[in-house]
Amino acid sequence: SSAAMAALCARALLAPLGARLRAGPRAPLRSAASAPPLYDVVVSGGGMVGSAMAAVLGHDIHFHDKKIALLEAGPRKDYDHMPDSYSNRVSSISPGSATLLSSCGAWDHVCSLRLKPFRRMQVWDACSEAMIVFEKDDLDDMGYIVENDVIMSALTKQLDAVADRVEVFYRSKAVGYTWPLPSHSCDTSPWVQVELADGRRLQTKLLIGADGHNSVVRKEAEIKNIEHQYDQSAVVATLHLSEATDNNVAWQRFLPTGPIALLPLSDTASSLVWSTSHDHALELLTMDEESFVDSINSAFWSNVNHSDFIDAAGAMFRSAISLLKPSGTAVRQLPPSVAKVDPESRAMFPLGMGHATEYVQHRVALIGDAAHRVHPLAGQGVNLGFGDIACLAHHLSAAAFNGSDLGSLKHLLKFETERQRHNVSLIAATDVLKRLYSTTLAPLVLLRTWGLQATNALPPVKVRI
Amino acid sequence: QLLLLRFTVKRLLSTSHPSVDSKEMKKFQLLAHKWWDEEGEYAALHSMNDIRVPFIRDTLLSMSSNYHLGNPLSGIKILDVGCGGGLLSEPLARLGASVTGIDPVEDNIRTADQHKSFDPVLAKRIQYKPSSLEEIVEESMETFDVIVASEVVEHVADLEMFIKCCSQVLKPEGSLFITTINKTQLSYVLGIVVAEKIMGIVPEGTHEWEKFVPPEELELLLESNGFSVRTVNGMLYNPLSGSWSWMESTSLNYAVHAVKSGAGAQSHTTDTPPETDTQQCSATAGTA
Repeated sequence: SSAAMAALCARALLAPLGARLRAGPRAPLRSAASAPPLYDVVVSGGGMVGSAMAAVLGHDIHFHDKKIALLEAGPRKDYDHMPDSYSNRVSSISPGSATLLSSCGAWDHVCSLRLKPFRRMQVWDACSEAMIVFEKDDLDDMGYIVENDVIMSALTKQLDAVADRVEVFYRSKAVGYTWPLPSHSCDTSPWVQVELADGRRLQTKLLIGADGHNSVVRKEAEIKNIEHQYDQSAVVATLHLSEATDNNVAWQRFLPTGPIALLPLSDTASSLVWSTSHDHALELLTMDEESFVDSINSAFWSNVNHSDFIDAAGAMFRSAISLLKPSGTAVRQLPPSVAKVDPESRAMFPLGMGHATEYVQHRVALIGDAAHRVHPLAGQGVNLGFGDIACLAHHLSAAAFNGSDLGSLKHLLKFETERQRHNVSLIAATDVLKRLYSTTLAPLVLLRTWGLQATNALPPVKVRI
Repeated sequence: QLLLLRFTVKRLLSTSHPSVDSKEMKKFQLLAHKWWDEEGEYAALHSMNDIRVPFIRDTLLSMSSNYHLGNPLSGIKILDVGCGGGLLSEPLARLGASVTGIDPVEDNIRTADQHKSFDPVLAKRIQYKPSSLEEIVEESMETFDVIVASEVVEHVADLEMFIKCCSQVLKPEGSLFITTINKTQLSYVLGIVVAEKIMGIVPEGTHEWEKFVPPEELELLLESNGFSVRTVNGMLYNPLSGSWSWMESTSLNYAVHAVKSGAGAQSHTTDTPPETDTQQCSATAGTA
């Protein structure tokens, strides 16, 4: 019909104008009929943290009538068939994170798939005998080693369970965001506009950026990020132990080149996370499997970095402690020895540190690595993200039950304050530890040796960690 | 045609609607576009939502046996009298209620309508009308489950008439929520001198101490017009944190929850002729 023709012509003429408008900072107002679909919350990034955020909100009673969207650039993965071999990407899940995953029903799935609880963590220095052991008095689980794929499988199931509230967009990379004015005027939309790679558009009252340490949300929101590339890469692999053992201890040894960690997967298998220089990492990746296994065993067992001076000083300090506090020196356990590595399981990725100066803005919140990136030496990365989710979900739930505008800075700032207070000290401490342990200089080794021994002897400090 | 209609409406408002004070209207007209700036002139009203919305919500939930926490006020019809820019109407609608917001200042209604229009859920659940309470009485007899009159009664010319109208449009056993300011020396010092003249928490000239309402007077008027007063709570504003909290004393701000007596019960009306504001005030002035 002629009306349709006219409409088509108008569109063609307006297209260049539309492109210019799109490039501008504010979204033009459209009539309700032609406006893009409006969501209460859009989570950008479908990794462990983004998926968990969407799942937790989807299971929140006060979000029963709300519309949530999760944007994931990749395709939907089939997690129904877990391979027998372990994946080389694993995470250390704290009890707090397990509680969060329970709250949206995902932890049950994780338990029915596979996970390895550990009761004890032994951390020691390559340059001295100093060691610190973490374990809970009541012999409860300290944490769980879980493959990332297992967590994703569980979260995907729980997202499917609330599909009426949470819409997951796969193969949907967000390429542009348009921000509203804080107190809007008549002719601009008060919502955040999201543009996807295929041209589709969404609007949302709150945008949550869970898109990793190179967060596009953070960059587009012009939030300043303090970042630092470590000159280290982490080498991961799945290892098979020489003999079956209870394997409920997480081991970490600080070498001068970086910490090497062995995280239990089963009675016969463990996951390796070895942070070292880029060159050494490349070497480890390319050497043959036998040499690789030898390097690992040597890293855990060799005393080549000890010096007599340090050993004597350490021994002296230790006997001093045992006089003052008899129970303050723990029994040293021996780490398991490795027999072979899973072929194809070796991989490496670069390490860095990052912290966003702001976690929130009007209608925007950052969680997970988008807000903060840490060195894996503390095994905290994903736990910080899950902690962000617990805090943000708590505030959003209360805001929803108060009938508040979900994108309002009032409650978003409460989230930011709570999490920055918690995260900054941990991120700074992790960074300091990383630097402290990257040296063989005697004074610093002595400092950290005595420091570690003292910390091991002092229950209050240990509990805080 | 539109101009004629507006003129007619304005005339109606000033002559036959004693609950509306034209001087008061003018004050609010000037600030109509400032409603939705959360850090602006109305910041204190925005943050008042943090206590008045839970107060209304929890009171209504405690009186109901059948509700869903995901949509707590679903099915409830609320009249927001003196809705202004819709600051209270919107959260109540988000909680599921069907809200009718009325305000005699047309610019306020315009602002409120425009603000809700961006959210299809709110646009459907809220209806705004430029109107006084008296104007809607005839067409809304016993229509509403709940009336909220927040920060309104200290601006009305005839409080008893206002309460009578509330009673007429409320269903039997319906709830009336009022928040207002007490008339005490303290409320003069803090509410007018400090809040308006010194700290600018409230735009200057917003309030007139003469029209503040002591809770005892409000309770008396409510009880003698068919209401049973269930709750009276003091409220306190902290200008440093910008937040409100509940307090025992009602010497500054306070909130009231009253329930209209049921269809069968007799209302206890005393045969006193409607008094003017000033007479009432002088009878109970100076209590703190």
